[in-house]
Amino acid sequence: MKDWPAVFDLAVVGGGNAALCAALTAAEAGASVLILEGAPLPYRGGNSRHTRNFRCMHRAPVYPLTGSYGEDEYFNDLLLVTKGKTDESLARMVIAASEECLPWMQSHGVRFQPSLSGTLSLSRTNAFFLGGGKALVNAYYNTASDLGIKIAYDADVTHVHRDGDMITHLQATVAGQPVTVQARSYVLASGGFQADLDWLARAWGPAARNFLIRGTPYNRGTVLRDMLDQGADQVGDPTQCHAVAIDGRAPKYDGGIVTRLDCVPFSIVVNKDADRFYDEGEDVWPKRYAIWGRLVANQPDQVGYALIDAKSMGLFMPSVFPPVKADTIEDLATLMGLDPHALRRTVDTFNAACRPGPFHPTELDGLRTQGLNVPKTNWARPLDTPPFYGYQLRPGVTFTYLGLKVDARARVQTPQEPIRNLWAAGEIMAGSILGQGYLAGFGMTIGTVFGRIAGHEAASHVA
Amino acid sequence: MSLDQSIFPEARRQIEICNACRYCEGFCAVFPAMTRQTAFADGDLTQLANLCHNCRGCYYACQYTEPHEFALNIPAALAEVRAESWERLARPQALARLFQRHGVAMAALLVLALAGFFWALAAFEPATGTGFYAYLAHGAMVAIFAPAFVLPLVLIALSLRAYWHEVGAGGLRLRRVLQAFDKAARMKNLSGGHGEGCNFEQGDRFTNRRRWLHQAVMYGFLLCFASTISGTVMHYALNWPAPYPLLSLPKLLGIPGGLMMLAGTAGLARLKLRADPALGAARVWGGEMAFILLLGAVALTGMALYAATGTALVAPLLAAHLATVLVLFVLMPFSKMVHGFYRMAALMAEAGKPAPAGGGE
Repeated sequence: MKDWPAVFDLAVVGGGNAALCAALTAAEAGASVLILEGAPLPYRGGNSRHTRNFRCMHRAPVYPLTGSYGEDEYFNDLLLVTKGKTDESLARMVIAASEECLPWMQSHGVRFQPSLSGTLSLSRTNAFFLGGGKALVNAYYNTASDLGIKIAYDADVTHVHRDGDMITHLQATVAGQPVTVQARSYVLASGGFQADLDWLARAWGPAARNFLIRGTPYNRGTVLRDMLDQGADQVGDPTQCHAVAIDGRAPKYDGGIVTRLDCVPFSIVVNKDADRFYDEGEDVWPKRYAIWGRLVANQPDQVGYALIDAKSMGLFMPSVFPPVKADTIEDLATLMGLDPHALRRTVDTFNAACRPGPFHPTELDGLRTQGLNVPKTNWARPLDTPPFYGYQLRPGVTFTYLGLKVDARARVQTPQEPIRNLWAAGEIMAGSILGQGYLAGFGMTIGTVFGRIAGHEAASHVA
Repeated sequence: MSLDQSIFPEARRQIEICNACRYCEGFCAVFPAMTRQTAFADGDLTQLANLCHNCRGCYYACQYTEPHEFALNIPAALAEVRAESWERLARPQALARLFQRHGVAMAALLVLALAGFFWALAAFEPATGTGFYAYLAHGAMVAIFAPAFVLPLVLIALSLRAYWHEVGAGGLRLRRVLQAFDKAARMKNLSGGHGEGCNFEQGDRFTNRRRWLHQAVMYGFLLCFASTISGTVMHYALNWPAPYPLLSLPKLLGIPGGLMMLAGTAGLARLKLRADPALGAARVWGGEMAFILLLGAVALTGMALYAATGTALVAPLLAAHLATVLVLFVLMPFSKMVHGFYRMAALMAEAGKPAPAGGGE
């Protein structure tokens, strides 16, 4: 901190994709920039380090994207997942701007790859980062360093001091030392609050303490809370989070992509009473994994058990932890802490409801059960071939929806005028556009577009 | 059977986590090869390890490196398996263990060879002969170097046969051989997948330095080798013994080759000092560094010998050059030199495999 100027042109709170895009844009416009990253260096980048691609509009094939993906199709995809909970003008602005993000990202060090195993269905819509999100974050930090941007790790911003329509300074601790940061403009890009279990429990209910957090433990929402307390406008459902069903043995935080379990369509899923509770074969997994977080969260103790037999092994992506394995359903139940008789009953009932027919693991095959209260409408095959395998499922929280309301210039809104020297980008404001559900790769698109806007606006403000 | 019981289980633990992620599949050949299976036998790990060129791209891109509890370090885990496989498949294993790990052992052997050649030059000074053969008769050189070259190659061939069997490579087809040579000729697996190279000596920044320096050494060595072959042909077929003038095939091949080896080995040694040893097989660092320096010494003494033509320095430089070449040849199966053979075998084994497939989020 010895080489810091007394007053920066721009202080960026956060150190993920949106923060970096804002910092790079402002620094290239001549601003002196400080990045305050809450995590220590090895964990820098927030949830961006767990991402893999961004969703990109394009009129013609452009590496690494195939075909074309127009604004209307993109917007319709967004409408489908959000069920209309989106700000159409902001959403269309982001979608239209996503096209020019691709070359901008490349010129700032990000490298792309064609989508390969397991992601071919996204090869037209989503551009995959070579090496994933952490490689993107590394590239941006290197570019930031080359541009002379100052970077403080382990920088916990505790208070954003608002004086009317201006922010005057930040209170923070950097590596445990209290610091007052003065800048002429500020960008908030510090993510959601999903790592604060107390907050999640207040919002969702005590069951949230059993949720696993898929991403960074550093998104505690401190700055979001602070701004809401100071009268900033909020968007997004404050009680909701986006959760997917993941391996119940995953780490409490930061398990990331490997904790996914793709076996559900080929399994039966029971709760702790060994009862099935939802149609496991409703649709292909890429279209269903996002609802299973909530389904499991609504079961007793927020736990589910996906069970398959030997026939289905190898039909889905490998799991990070080996499954529990047994030669009988009863033994599997015992190993997983379920009542053997109850599970036997559930499996027998299910097996009796299965009908013969062609099984196609990669398409909706219509192989459905008959006569069950909870049917399985595709891929329904009896569990009859030992060994049997079981995976515990838990809700894994990806992000929260509550955020700061911004306008198309990324300015943070209040009931009065927007704050004149404050902008927000990334997950902290994504609720304006993504009010419900999730569209793969759209979080990175929002972060990149609004990060660049925020950086541009901040640099113009101080110029 | 593994020499070190912990190497394979640790590599397997890491690869299974890796295979559930697959973000790195664009970097090199290791990751597409990994996705073909969900369970990894020792032979699968051996093959992945020998496909890995230690570019380290996957380490810096990884979400799961320490301090994350998964503690992935794929470049180091595969480097350990790789070094282990070269020791285990070598005959005799003890020599590989010694020379792979201990640069000092290589240096000691070099001193012995040096002393031997000084003694030989004094004891067997020929009555006739020109050029180098005024110091050591052609027949004596052939008697020493022919077996010192051929026998190590035979040992390597036996090891490669065992490797081919262990990794379940299948039939050897011309197409596979050509594909492997194409990959090695361009050092495709050190390109980073985007052509900007690897993460070796500058942390998470990409550079092509290691790739270019390696090619300088490799092509330099091949030029020097071609120079020797051309000399042999001229000696036996054309009845034109050494010394050769500047505008002759041996010199036109050997001088650029020697310069490339010199520049390449100096650069590689420097990069190795700057690179993080924790991302490789730390226990063989000394042997690897000694191998780079030995290659450099072969080139340096060879060039010096040429420069010293007609002076009193020829005798000691000839002894030094012959000693370095002899050690290089003799240790081919037991030093880092063997990596080239295993690498080609791994690339050929990979070349015939089907494209990977999978499903996912």
